[in-house]
Amino acid sequence: MPELSRRQFVVYTLAASTLTVAAPLGCDAPAAEGATARRSDVVVTGTDDEMLVLEITRDNKVVVRLPRVEVGQGVTTAVAMMIAEELDARLTDVDIPLAEARTRGNQFTGGSNSVSSLYGPARNLAATARARLVTAAAQRWRLPARVLRTRDTMVVAPDGRTATFGSLTETAARVRRPRVSSKPKPASRHQVIGHPTTRIDARDIVTGRVRYTGDLSAAAAKPTVVARPPTLGGKVASVDDRAARALPGVLEVVRIPGGVAVVAESFHYAFEARDALKITWSPGPLAELSDAAIRSRLRAAVPALGRPPRGSAQLEERFEFAFVGHAPMEVLTAVADVRARRAEIWFSSQSPMGAREDIASAVGLPSSAVRVHVVRGGGSFGRRLNHDAAMEAALISKKARLPVKLMWSRADDIKHGRMRPAFQHRIRVSHAQGRVVAFAIATASVSEAWEGAAAQGGIAASAASSPLPSDSGLYNFGKLSGDSGSVELAMPLGAWRSVDSGTVRTAEEIVVDEIARTLGKDPVAFRRTTLRGKSVRAVLDKVATAGQWGRTMPAGQAQGVAVHEEYGSCVACLVEIDAADPKNPRVTKVVMAADVGTAVNPRGLEAQLMGTAVDGISTILRAGLHIDRGAVREGSYADFRWARQRHAPLHFEAHILPTGGEPGGAGELGVPAAAGAVANAYARATGTKPRRFPLNF
Amino acid sequence: MPRHTFVLNGKPVTVDAPDDMPLLWVLRDLLDVTGPKYGCGVGVCRACTSHLDGAEIQPCVVPVADCARREVTTIEGLADGDTLHPVQQAWLDCDVSQCGFCQPGQIMAAVALLKTTPEPTDADIDKIENVCRCGTYSRIREAIKKAATAGD
Repeated sequence: MPELSRRQFVVYTLAASTLTVAAPLGCDAPAAEGATARRSDVVVTGTDDEMLVLEITRDNKVVVRLPRVEVGQGVTTAVAMMIAEELDARLTDVDIPLAEARTRGNQFTGGSNSVSSLYGPARNLAATARARLVTAAAQRWRLPARVLRTRDTMVVAPDGRTATFGSLTETAARVRRPRVSSKPKPASRHQVIGHPTTRIDARDIVTGRVRYTGDLSAAAAKPTVVARPPTLGGKVASVDDRAARALPGVLEVVRIPGGVAVVAESFHYAFEARDALKITWSPGPLAELSDAAIRSRLRAAVPALGRPPRGSAQLEERFEFAFVGHAPMEVLTAVADVRARRAEIWFSSQSPMGAREDIASAVGLPSSAVRVHVVRGGGSFGRRLNHDAAMEAALISKKARLPVKLMWSRADDIKHGRMRPAFQHRIRVSHAQGRVVAFAIATASVSEAWEGAAAQGGIAASAASSPLPSDSGLYNFGKLSGDSGSVELAMPLGAWRSVDSGTVRTAEEIVVDEIARTLGKDPVAFRRTTLRGKSVRAVLDKVATAGQWGRTMPAGQAQGVAVHEEYGSCVACLVEIDAADPKNPRVTKVVMAADVGTAVNPRGLEAQLMGTAVDGISTILRAGLHIDRGAVREGSYADFRWARQRHAPLHFEAHILPTGGEPGGAGELGVPAAAGAVANAYARATGTKPRRFPLNF
Repeated sequence: MPRHTFVLNGKPVTVDAPDDMPLLWVLRDLLDVTGPKYGCGVGVCRACTSHLDGAEIQPCVVPVADCARREVTTIEGLADGDTLHPVQQAWLDCDVSQCGFCQPGQIMAAVALLKTTPEPTDADIDKIENVCRCGTYSRIREAIKKAATAGD
């Protein structure tokens, strides 16, 4: 990654009555392209879709409309911190509303890249605005700009006079040549970035004031639910809706590709009417398929490993990972108001630009006639990359000629996807004279194949055809090789937090423990001598020290460790487990350490790591989905056994290594390390070799 | 249509609704009280957790008729004006929330626990069933302990 200081950021001033500045987003290109554009000197007349725009309002608010979605990962807080830092604004004066769907630019929330892609533009933007505000105050007070200071959303003169940014914004909008530097602060002067900060929406959350899509009264939309087939991809053969229509509060019943929708005055009436529909279903394309068959097809799809080096000994392990639902707490919900010539949609989307295109073509409107408002989401874990529910809501609204608030039930969410695909991995380690000389991995996953995938708002889960996410170049393991295969099934799949690494890297970390054991080495010591990177060794050392690696533990209890490197960051996880009852293990302690370069909000990063620890516990020990004759067997959190308080560690600690520099990604980072450490701890506590996950399934 | 009167966050309210209409939809769809969230509709995820006469309930499985003349408290009724309830304050101090969707229910469950068990042990806290898909459990535990100490 290039050094931040060498990046050339162009910041534009918008012709507006209040100070409005804009920075191109997500590219280093402007420096090369824009030979004529010197920083901050260019005045443009309109907001460009590819820009991050900052406005200082007359009532002293700093508003940045963010082309990303907040789903709990804390991106709005991180961006508010970057802005507050460079403006010297109070965090409470910074508003980060979510931008509605744009037509161009990077409006994608995924790949753990929000903070790293926004870090440069956001700080340059705010630093430019600050320079103009200071210059405006200097003009007003007839003082040299360099003697003025900024704090608490105002400019301060040496004699103590103050002017709020809001009072200066109109003058600042006309400043052409700032008289102080427009450059961001050096990290050594950061007072906000790098300091643990409470979420900007924390108070609204604990008072119940935050509004998710289902809480909106937009368009006076009517509560809507869908009767869905008992099998995946099943279709309506016939429907008798007379009894349903006769029930109180029912407004409309319409058929859609996924089932039969009921629009009602309340969700209570909608559910009652849904249950009163008499529907004959034709079975989906997988109606004869169950887990056992899927597993054997996957096994056959795992490619051969090739020849091991001559003269080496081999260790070979096979792994199976079940399907896993995303199951965000907020079920998929979308408000749609589709009219003859325009449509307006509200929902939580990681890719609203694609959603707008797909919705427009589904309802037969040009995309310029479709507005997509991005709403904060109640969790995502990758689920909101797809816009299935918004597409459905739009179709229902069009057909019913009503504005609708579609909500998937929890059973809809668990039974109809999307899911992390089932995976199988075969890993072979070749060793000679106590050293690993070759590392080979072959993997196969279920990939999504159905003609309706695109029409269902699908971004295909492309696990199988893409290159392997990891060749374990993390370790000094000699010759590396890998190959992948897939089993195409008509199932609703989707990218799940940490995507392929969630199972591939987890399996690799289990094998690293296994080879250490074969070679008679301690898992931490073995990793220390074989890991290539200094940073990843440092996070490993940190958890080993902080977590007292190797301490004596009672029978049935053990520690486990694993590391991971991705998104320009690295992480280590040490877990203690009590598996005295192997059927009911409890992870008692989790110690994680991460190096993400500059951690914009260490408290937010700790939260992300904490979440991935629970992902690891849940996916390794407890929670998965079975396929029974073409249907998902589970239907709620009662049987999709995500960890609850009694399965979460009694003690959790996270150590953030203060290395500084360019921020890396963090949202998904911890999953493979946590999952690997839980599996390794369980294996050491029980003396077993778990290879099929989740364990108690 | 039957008429139901109950006390909601300190104020009497009257709604026309079928007897079996779950309190959750009465609150959300008829009264625009949206703090209690739908997460499952079957009392399993507990995102809607609220109080009936001070005790924990899951409004998604409580018919409105059962609430007649009783006191319903949702997350919106917990603070005293601008002064947060000690549990809400502990949630803020520990920055518990991530996506925030389950947190109104988590807070109401914690308040109910502390009412019956002012000094909860880890085992007591483990009995809270509310699902948090983001995995904020460690901070929830910390916040409950902090609120318990604040109550001394």
